Amino acid sequence: MLLVRGGRVVADRYLRVLDDAPIPDSVPVIIPAARFLADAAELARREAPTGVLWPNNRRISELVPHLDRVALVALAFPTFKDGRAYSQARQLREQYGFRGELRATGNVLRDQFLFLVRAGFDSFEVTKDADAAAFAEAVGRFSVFYQPAGDRRAPALRARLQHARPSVADAHERV
Amino acid sequence: MYLYDDFDRTLVAERVAEFRDQVRRRLSGELSEDEFKLLRLMNGVYLQLHAYMLRIAIPYGTLSSQQLRTLGHVARRYDRNYGHFTTRQNIQFNWIKLEELPDAMADLARAGLHGMQTSGNCVRNITTDQWAAVAPDEIEDPRIWAEILRQHLTLHPEFSFLPRKFKIAVTAAAHDRAAVRVHDIGLRLHSNGSGEVGFEVVVGGGLGRTPFVGKTIKPFLPKRDLLSYVEAILRVYNQFGRRDNIYKARIKILVHDLGAEAFAKEVDAEWQPIRDGALALDPALIAEVTARFRYPDYAELDDNPSEVAQARASDRRFANWLGNSVANHKVSGHAIVTLSLKPEGGPPGDATAEQMDAIADLADRYSFGEIRVGHEQNLVLPHVEQRELPALWRALDKVGVATPNIGLVSDIISCPGLDYCSLANTRSIPVAQELTRRFRDLDLARDLGRLHINISGCINACGHHHVGHIGLLGVEKNGEEYFQVTIGGRADENAELGALVGPAVPYAEVADVVEDIVAAYLELRERPNEIFLDTVKRVGVEPFKERVYAAR
Repeated sequence: MLLVRGGRVVADRYLRVLDDAPIPDSVPVIIPAARFLADAAELARREAPTGVLWPNNRRISELVPHLDRVALVALAFPTFKDGRAYSQARQLREQYGFRGELRATGNVLRDQFLFLVRAGFDSFEVTKDADAAAFAEAVGRFSVFYQPAGDRRAPALRARLQHARPSVADAHERV
Repeated sequence: MYLYDDFDRTLVAERVAEFRDQVRRRLSGELSEDEFKLLRLMNGVYLQLHAYMLRIAIPYGTLSSQQLRTLGHVARRYDRNYGHFTTRQNIQFNWIKLEELPDAMADLARAGLHGMQTSGNCVRNITTDQWAAVAPDEIEDPRIWAEILRQHLTLHPEFSFLPRKFKIAVTAAAHDRAAVRVHDIGLRLHSNGSGEVGFEVVVGGGLGRTPFVGKTIKPFLPKRDLLSYVEAILRVYNQFGRRDNIYKARIKILVHDLGAEAFAKEVDAEWQPIRDGALALDPALIAEVTARFRYPDYAELDDNPSEVAQARASDRRFANWLGNSVANHKVSGHAIVTLSLKPEGGPPGDATAEQMDAIADLADRYSFGEIRVGHEQNLVLPHVEQRELPALWRALDKVGVATPNIGLVSDIISCPGLDYCSLANTRSIPVAQELTRRFRDLDLARDLGRLHINISGCINACGHHHVGHIGLLGVEKNGEEYFQVTIGGRADENAELGALVGPAVPYAEVADVVEDIVAAYLELRERPNEIFLDTVKRVGVEPFKERVYAAR
């Protein structure tokens, strides 16, 4: 597994702490949701950044009261076919204004990268090393988008309004 | 007409480039068949019993003559010279080689055609009335809204890995020709009390293993809220739809388990925070999409020209076709012509490359270069001048698409079945072919009146058997092909699921059973113009069962 952030393979500064292991004070950690919620008050006093690993079958609204004390949210893809975390990511970014690191974990493959970026993820625990190397290529595959999403790119419907309308002669007729 | 611009063209071209790379990785072994599977499915490529199958979307069932010629070209160059039109306004090519798929897709892309989201657990091709913009009973053109939805939901970053496939249909007519009540989301454009046009939103309809007629969760949704509300429905489904059991993963199960009211509440909670955001459709956006639909410049003509009256009086075959395959147009002096892809003995919905070319030429000459594809697996020329009908009929007759059986007993909907499909339990095309031979007598067919036979080769219900007036479902019993037979189903605005007539019957007897059901109807009907459905409704299933199964 390689971590991709800012378009590059980087070292992971976060330590993942299991449910009952002691939490080191001065190291950035990622903690499972249940423990995070149970110890929320105590964790708030930590100096190092705290991240939470949120399962994809728990409502993200439960995390919202704590968001200002969370540096990272890791969302889960148990398999690449299970797309629940895309909804959680967009809710965090677009509805709740989360600006910290949003990490994709689990079964994270090349052909999901662009969807993940558009949903608002900015770091990726990539399952296959070869896929991590192809990150830039996969994300750059498309240059136009039809819908607004977490990455705030202008969708075609709106971008078209900024352009002159295609002339009939120029446009391809798609009856 | 919808005009593709640079955005649309660029996106489709980039998709072809991506798929070409994925095929290269598969052929070189970088991708296993299992990993490749999801990628090819997102481009409409299935692995069937004998070969790869490519499914191409025909958004809202509208094709230009140039696009139809391109489909003919693909059939000729990459397939075995024919294509198969499906019940969801798609076309399938059954014999494409993997290494040629990227080239076939590139040829299609040049005509603005693609296979994106024609399979996989994503939002599929958005379908609508094949008579959109020409039907007299329509409130406005539903394709505008299908196109807005198509764009919004193409390569959507949140909804490309849903629990299961997701189908949306739109209708704007009093008579529902798009079967919106048996879709995951059905949208019906209508006018509220104060004259504003908006959508009735129906969710959770569907066929398959567990059929449901959809529930209305919003009687009137303003147009500006269409995208935000659909987004909210999909968000609820994406999060809470079942993923533990493929047979319970469709939204209909979620709606049924929660109850329509609780489901609507969840949707509303997701909708409120986003309804006034980036998805609100302001009039400028709607106008931009609307402006890219082009409509024919119709000549001013009167109805019932003398050319038609003369031909009708002098040629019985023309008169039969006119009475059967030609429908009223909203513009006087014009007509909507349905082309039957259900000839006697033919597989329903198939067209050869030569037929596609010929129909494209006829569309240029008689229908402003436009062709429609309907969910009954027939084609339509939507803008024909009535005075041209005799000449058009002669030409269509030569092409073999003028069988006057539209809506009649031999206008059968059928899935590909065991001849192609790896999911099927039974063959279905040969059953359809045999039934078209049994009911070859068009005088009898006319006397029977409207009667839809729908055939599915397995429980997945691609042939929509639940909503056939007579529905045939292929099942396997001890390694033998059997059919369950239902009657009384319908897919229109009064959608209903058919009821079983009796025990399943062996493959070899299914055509006999259908004949017996038809004979029972003739005996039971109150008057000649009481159609099959109305007889079933009046007398129930029992009298049919008695008559059909008495001798079995």
